[in-house]
Amino acid sequence: MSTDLNTLTRTWHGTHGTEPWGELDLRLTDTCLRDGSHHKRHQFTATEVHDIVEALDSSGIPVIEVTHGDGLGGSSFNYGFSRTPEQELIRIAAETAKRAKIAFLMLPGVGTKDDIRAAQDNGGQICRIATHCTEADTSIQHFGLARELGLETVGFLMMSHTQPPEVLAKQARIMVDAGCQCVYVVDSAGALIMEQTADRVSAVVAEIGDVADVGFHGHENLALGVANTVAAARAGATQIDGSVRRFGAGAGNTPLEAFIGVCDKLGWRTGVDFLQIVDASEDVIKPAMPEECELNRMTLMMGYAGVYSSFLKHAGNAADRYGVSGAKILLEAGRRKLIGGQEDQLIDIALMLKAEQDKQVANA
Amino acid sequence: MSKLTAAIVGPGNIGTDLMYKLLRSDVIEPRWMIGVDPSSEGLKLAAEKGLESSHEGVDWLLKQDEMPDLIFEATSAYVHREYAPRYEEAGIRAIDLTPAAIGPAVIPPVNGETHVDAMNVNMITCGGQATIPMVAAVSRVAPVSYAEIVASVSSMSAGPGTRANIDEFTRTTSSGVREIGGATEGKAIIILNPAEPPMIMRDTIFCAADPDADRDAIIASVFAMEKAVQEYVPGYRLLQEPQLDDPSPATRGALKVSIFVEVEGAGDFLPPYAGNLDIMTAAATQVGQNIARSILAPSGG
Repeated sequence: MSTDLNTLTRTWHGTHGTEPWGELDLRLTDTCLRDGSHHKRHQFTATEVHDIVEALDSSGIPVIEVTHGDGLGGSSFNYGFSRTPEQELIRIAAETAKRAKIAFLMLPGVGTKDDIRAAQDNGGQICRIATHCTEADTSIQHFGLARELGLETVGFLMMSHTQPPEVLAKQARIMVDAGCQCVYVVDSAGALIMEQTADRVSAVVAEIGDVADVGFHGHENLALGVANTVAAARAGATQIDGSVRRFGAGAGNTPLEAFIGVCDKLGWRTGVDFLQIVDASEDVIKPAMPEECELNRMTLMMGYAGVYSSFLKHAGNAADRYGVSGAKILLEAGRRKLIGGQEDQLIDIALMLKAEQDKQVANA
Repeated sequence: MSKLTAAIVGPGNIGTDLMYKLLRSDVIEPRWMIGVDPSSEGLKLAAEKGLESSHEGVDWLLKQDEMPDLIFEATSAYVHREYAPRYEEAGIRAIDLTPAAIGPAVIPPVNGETHVDAMNVNMITCGGQATIPMVAAVSRVAPVSYAEIVASVSSMSAGPGTRANIDEFTRTTSSGVREIGGATEGKAIIILNPAEPPMIMRDTIFCAADPDADRDAIIASVFAMEKAVQEYVPGYRLLQEPQLDDPSPATRGALKVSIFVEVEGAGDFLPPYAGNLDIMTAAATQVGQNIARSILAPSGG
């Protein structure tokens, strides 16, 4: 491997300064306590959150995201009710972390500005605001408030595989003009392939790179989480999401411990101790997971059809409830071009499939 | 029967769509269209339809010798909050299509006749007009401890006002779910979907009903409400039979009622996918006509 490839064109030099992690080339955010909330069906307990934050924090992860999977206010019939109120989990995380900053997610249209204020009161320091990747202008009021409150800000362009690089760049500009300090290219469906990731990150860097950071958030539905993340870093992304043990929606997120190992070998400084994070993965994260995040018929279908990863459990529920194929529900969700948040429509799809099935039985 | 005169303030998508509906009314005559941008397409269209159009705003309107009986406000919550007191001073009844929520909220098939005497009535939001009737349909036959609505609309049909103030949508809609829908607790979610061709507005209503509720009564009430809304929005329809899920930990011990609707617009101004605009303007027209009839009707003493 040439040394040129290993030299990053852009490195993290953000608001942390050099302490306490030393200089970082990439700043990592672990999302298992937010994206993993989908996999956990939003059933995290206070003890689990305490133990996971403690383990991640002591291994050197600089940012830990904690919220209901669908962001602040996500606890609902549509997305699943939280076992423990998310604001309480944010407070526990903030009280537990000695070095890491606690981030929280919000989706305009689901959460509100009041939820952002409450999350800050509970110790959240980084406000991450996610919109579908063509709807950035719905986040303007929330970025405005977050900056007014002195929160660090991150913008999420979800389902980035659905739009070409130049559209994402324009949407990133809208977020940055509103006060966003780092825009993430978010591969919500795990559908991007390395060059597509790099092209999107490059276009966003070209548009906003002089005033803001660029980040990448991957999913494993086509098993490309780490590969896509390496491509993103080479294209100029300096903030990177992942979840230890893939603990996230769909087939899970970029396995953060694997990416940290890769960074060590490439000489990219993350400030995280590889052995410690591997121990945390086995000893703390694994026991909190209902099952491993795996590639199977359902999760592969999501990457293949470009379906929002958190539809997985809801499609499974609807398939069980109505006796239809979960994989077919996901394919139809892709055909209907559903986006993040439209979990309710999966029930409608299941009922449609059931009606078709009943008709076939009647005709047979 | 004579007609009341009306001004539409805000010549955007909603205001223009509303104009077409008011032009068909037998009790309201839309006479003015008021905006602030001389290049507005809506002002031009209004002038072509014979309305007096001005880009000099409400200040211009309120200086005229003849004033409207009714103002339909289709600007933004902020603008309406500023001007509402001046309409009232001038004795003009306001039908507010923004989420400003100054006056009492009205959902035609639920409380359409209740506030015909109010100086200012609020139309809540498009999502509220599409979903609150169904919350009310359930709560009139069974106690509802919590109701949640999910409105999915095409990105093309969500104007700059909605986008800049999406929190107002969730807040105003969820309070309508409680106050008019009759749920003890309410929640609202809105999704803007950019799919091409544009998706027709879809809404899902989830209610946590009393576990011992009469299930047949709930289903009958929902179907009856579909018919009631169809009287002024012909494209309003249930996509599926209401779904009932037995009480379980996942439903927090309640009988979960799920109702799926689609709202196809009449295509007056924006194409039929924009059912969200249609149900708003159709409801505002209904409410305006109720007010007009109450004023025009010969008093029985």
